[in-house]
Amino acid sequence: MNDETDTTARKISSIVIIVIIVALALSLSALYQAYDLFINEDPTMGLWLLIGFIGLALSTYMLLQTRSRMKRFTLKTPPITTTIICSKCGFKNVRNFERGDYILKKLDSCSKCKGTLMISAIYRKVDEKGKELKIFS
Amino acid sequence: MQFFAVVTGLIHLEMLPFLFFPGGDSLSWIFQAFFSLIFVVFVFYGQRIQMYIMIREIQGSLLRLKFIRDEGRKIALKTIKEIGKSEVDPAERVDRFLEYVTIRPESMDPAGIVWKLEHILDVREERFKDEVKLMAPAADETNINNLENTLEAAAALNFIYKVIRHFYLLGKKTLSLYIIMQIQMILPLIMREAEAYASALKAFSYGQPIGDGAGALVVAKLMYGRRKRKIEKDCVVAKISIEGRTAYVIKAEGPGGNVGKPGEAIKRVIEENDGKISTVIMIDAALKLEGEKPGEIAEGVGAAIGGPGTEQYKIENSILKYKIPIHAVLIKEDIGDAVSPMRKEIFEATEAAVERVKCVIKEKTKEGDTIIVAGIGNTIGVGQ
Repeated sequence: MNDETDTTARKISSIVIIVIIVALALSLSALYQAYDLFINEDPTMGLWLLIGFIGLALSTYMLLQTRSRMKRFTLKTPPITTTIICSKCGFKNVRNFERGDYILKKLDSCSKCKGTLMISAIYRKVDEKGKELKIFS
Repeated sequence: MQFFAVVTGLIHLEMLPFLFFPGGDSLSWIFQAFFSLIFVVFVFYGQRIQMYIMIREIQGSLLRLKFIRDEGRKIALKTIKEIGKSEVDPAERVDRFLEYVTIRPESMDPAGIVWKLEHILDVREERFKDEVKLMAPAADETNINNLENTLEAAAALNFIYKVIRHFYLLGKKTLSLYIIMQIQMILPLIMREAEAYASALKAFSYGQPIGDGAGALVVAKLMYGRRKRKIEKDCVVAKISIEGRTAYVIKAEGPGGNVGKPGEAIKRVIEENDGKISTVIMIDAALKLEGEKPGEIAEGVGAAIGGPGTEQYKIENSILKYKIPIHAVLIKEDIGDAVSPMRKEIFEATEAAVERVKCVIKEKTKEGDTIIVAGIGNTIGVGQ
């Protein structure tokens, strides 16, 4: 662990951003030129169209790349719920997990019936809608 | 034929472009030149371009791995400071811990290797516990176990990062497609594992139950409210009655992060009963295949236990000595679920697993029999 901790992604040079934006502007103007030549039925229209599309594709790709590099990484923490249940009256309480909770832990007495409260469950919910492939299930 | 004409000098050199790019106008000339250039570049540099794309992909993943590794170290350090209340900064000791290695015993002469490996693992565990006690003097036994697990997860992340960095740098240095390719191919699986360890680290630091503890949870539900005694290393056993049979139910002692030595505990119970055990039932989390649902329950035979194999060896030896049948109830989950906080489907599956265990007992034993039910797995966040 000798190397320094760097949790933010590297910053992109402003010159690179300017170059990308200029390239984007030139590609758009090439496309406009192609349109203009098309109106005048000029056969060189194809060349401008090609240049415009290649330039547009390259500059968009570069822009997306720089954006993804700038994005800060995060570690997702799923919400964990603790379910507390009264063994006598069946009173149930669901709250967020707190440090020190564990399954089958006995807590204070129930506020309703003075029975024993116990942590019956600790789990996380996973939303997998759209993730599953139903074809082979 | 036109080409041969040029070679033999029958036509002028000014006409050369028109031979290769017929049509004559400048537009088709440019098009042809462009595509010919691309073709030549790809013929000679295609593999290199592909390699650079792969290197870039590995670089991106390595950056993420570095972030996960650093976050892991931060979480471990923060938890140690919070729980341990040490007067000295534990950072240096934590960094040293992350670099620990365990050397497996030599297997050229395999006789007795199980005991050698067990000894090494015992020494390792003792060493880890001592280190954690020094880092966090105020921590109780439960927290020491949790901190040890947290640090082990952080060490695993550190190791994964270093291995990938090694291959990345080696690939760049040698520009060998095969070195880069092999790491790029397994990278999605490695990233999945690293992310699983990252969520395990958080679960361990908070003491949350993890998917691997499903087996321990099933047994905890069976032994809840009964008299328990400690048995062998970090295990508890309760003698209960299930469907008219006497059952010794065994699990690792919770709620701290702990797997215990269930092999040793099962052996002890068998010896205590002079081998008069009708059957052994083991409940454990098992890796699911893609397409299987998390929390599916499967039955089988054999010692359902993972790890380095020492405990499985002991169980198999003990049951062989008295010819005791062994059954397994498995709760399916993937590697990510096994080390992350327990998901709802797995928690609900433990209820179904309790019923399944009762079914196996009814089908495979008679009333009055003595049986062993062992819940295997890390019992973090699960009491008894």
